[in-house]
Amino acid sequence: MSGETPVLRLAHITKRYGGVVALRDVEFSVLPGEVHGLVGENGSGKSTLVKIATGVVQPEEGEIFIEGQKISRLTPYLAFKRGIHVVHQDLSLFPNLSVAENIFAHEYIERHRSFVAWKDMERRALEVLGRLGVELDPQEIVGRLSFADQQLVAICRAIASSAKLVILDEPTSSLTFREVQRLFGFIRELKAQGIAFVFISHRLDEVLEISDVVTVLRDGVKVGTFPKGELTKAKLSFLMTGKEITAESLVTDLPEAREILRVEHLTRRGEYADVSFTLHQGEILGLIGPRGSGRTEVALTIFGLRPPDSGKIFLEGKEVVFRSNRDAIRHGIGYVPENRLLQGLVLDQPVADNIAVTILNELVSRSGFLHPARKIAVAERAIRDFGIKAPAADAPVRSLSGGNQQKVVLSRWILTAPKILILDTPTHGVDVAAKESIYEMALGLARDRGIGILFISDEEHEVLKVCHRILVMREGRIVREYRPSEVTEEALRQEIVG
Amino acid sequence: MALLGRIARSTEVYLVGVLLVLSVVLFLLNPKFATLENIFDVLRNNSFLGIVALGELVVLISGGIDVSFTAIATVAQYVMGVLITRYAIESVFLAFLIPIPIGIALGAFNAFLVNRTRVHPVIITISNLNVFYGLLMVISKGKWIYGFPAPFRDFARLKVLTLVSEKGVDYGLSIFTVVWFLVAVVTWLMLRYLPIGRKVYALGGNSEAARRAGFDIFRIQLFVYCYIGFLSGLAGFVHAELNQMIQPNAIVGRELDVLAAAILGGASVFGGAGSPLGVVLGVLFIAFIKNGLILMKASAYWHQVIMGFIIVLAATLSAYQQNLERKRRKGV
Repeated sequence: MSGETPVLRLAHITKRYGGVVALRDVEFSVLPGEVHGLVGENGSGKSTLVKIATGVVQPEEGEIFIEGQKISRLTPYLAFKRGIHVVHQDLSLFPNLSVAENIFAHEYIERHRSFVAWKDMERRALEVLGRLGVELDPQEIVGRLSFADQQLVAICRAIASSAKLVILDEPTSSLTFREVQRLFGFIRELKAQGIAFVFISHRLDEVLEISDVVTVLRDGVKVGTFPKGELTKAKLSFLMTGKEITAESLVTDLPEAREILRVEHLTRRGEYADVSFTLHQGEILGLIGPRGSGRTEVALTIFGLRPPDSGKIFLEGKEVVFRSNRDAIRHGIGYVPENRLLQGLVLDQPVADNIAVTILNELVSRSGFLHPARKIAVAERAIRDFGIKAPAADAPVRSLSGGNQQKVVLSRWILTAPKILILDTPTHGVDVAAKESIYEMALGLARDRGIGILFISDEEHEVLKVCHRILVMREGRIVREYRPSEVTEEALRQEIVG
Repeated sequence: MALLGRIARSTEVYLVGVLLVLSVVLFLLNPKFATLENIFDVLRNNSFLGIVALGELVVLISGGIDVSFTAIATVAQYVMGVLITRYAIESVFLAFLIPIPIGIALGAFNAFLVNRTRVHPVIITISNLNVFYGLLMVISKGKWIYGFPAPFRDFARLKVLTLVSEKGVDYGLSIFTVVWFLVAVVTWLMLRYLPIGRKVYALGGNSEAARRAGFDIFRIQLFVYCYIGFLSGLAGFVHAELNQMIQPNAIVGRELDVLAAAILGGASVFGGAGSPLGVVLGVLFIAFIKNGLILMKASAYWHQVIMGFIIVLAATLSAYQQNLERKRRKGV
């Protein structure tokens, strides 16, 4: 350890939940002005570590030091007072209040002022925003800002209450490439002012880009803390999972296959223009582009939800016009939405119900009632076929891990025996191992069942790995088509940013 | 510029416009509508509604809801009526002091249950509406109270501004209208400039964030339910003054009018939004419509039909507006 006193030091931390050990003898410290990457798969103990660092839970064993001083019992309030702040993934902002008020809302609990001094608050908000060089109107209502701007407000809030360490929990998962670069700019600016960061992310590229050192957790044990120079992405994945994860393409060559979907000159004003491509049986076609590039909108059009202004859609050579997604489903098109938690699942309902929901009509007995035994049978087969790790068919979906929840959504669409499956960023927010199993599932569906898959993604390495062909979309248009062998990850990234 | 934009898209501006149009229509249908005498009358008769609607606003902003306030107002005014008639309390001020603590106590009871049981406040307060009102009916046997002491009667005729009509009848701005507007101003100041008022907005905007920011959620809930309890007690007093009679069944059943006024005025059932000015305008809107119907001699049943329509319309509009807002935000 160098001469500098760490802002935060966790020493020999052990935490159990019931009989399960969440963290075992973990050592973790962050120096002032350091960006400290924290990686690990879901369940590796990252969130427990954050909760201990912020006083939300107490460790069974171990000691906590803030700026060298031992804290015998850390509470959330004390952590806050001592300058340890978290920017949660959901940001914890008040969408109905102004930028200035969000930055200073914590002052309402201190009773040194009996009236709200608006002018003063707005002036101080401008100061804080100015420190980061952020141009935002302090009077603007936070709910009207983009997610990236809201995130900056959350960071400003931490700075305003003199944070010394800001823990960023998955800060980039909803940002575009440019927004990520902007965020990194702000992090570097604050780092230069001596503020330390803990950067938690599943996106290993970004962890390597921004961090000075990276701590890897696996199954509640610290694998190690490594200077950035010693790490590569492959090494980091290996340290996290204990498994070699290849970056090589998993795709096998596609024999001359039948065309199942063709779109010609699809245009929808303000969303995308002149989009043409074909999809073959058993093919995985990557569609990659930043958020807002029109990729999801094109997918929704093919799924019958957003009628195009002009252009045509052909299924197996015949032109079709969908008036709703029911038409699309009837024609054998399945769509797995981007945010499985918001749009796909009823979390408190059993796995079986969530799986069987797309084929309820087929499970109705002659008396007109649902056949519970048949429903369970269908679900159990799906759980087996797709390797869903669920305690039982009647366990609530909430009890499953993120990757397995995603599999539930996938399996329900596969039950409808689709010819075409649209996967909208299916690995968004899931950990490395779960990503791998989703890739395998997609590959299996294409190979064994001949399903044509439109695979929407914003991760270059992913489309290079699982797709037969890759379409790059930018500002509503398809700008390039590649075969994975023709392009490197870096070149693909350049093409996407434009 | 940004400020102008914010003003232009506020609910209050729309409401003022709607009110103006409505007034012109009512005036054309019956010129009597636009006389000062009629307007003062409407303002006086709706002061009860106006006061409790401001309390409901505060609860709605916090993300809660209270439908028991009619029962609270009734219990509070009934206890007052019993005491001032039995003990011949001559002081109006003393009479006024009776319903207030009753309202606050019953509000605190609501807050306690809402916080501890974590059952949705709509369920808690519907139950308490029945408990409060039912107990009152059991104890009072539904008996009416009238024949109040003379000062109590005279107070009802108090005006801040007195004019004389062509027929030689006095009319003017009633003291109760002034009380209503005063409550609106106090509520506005409280919501805008006191930390507790800001916490009410914060809680309604994002309760999880409020918890994480270290706000004492129970204290905020206690405050909002006691505030509507306090205003219900005050409104119970006003109601008794206006009618010079206390019937246990006169107020209960008007919950929807109040909710409609608050939602029309820009409060959201999802919390976090609404302003006292908007609610005053919302109450005026409902008051004008009712007054117009009376002037047109429409049957009382039509009132219900129209009120129902207005609520559906207001709720639809507010949902539509939120939808637009969400879409706009996505587009950013």
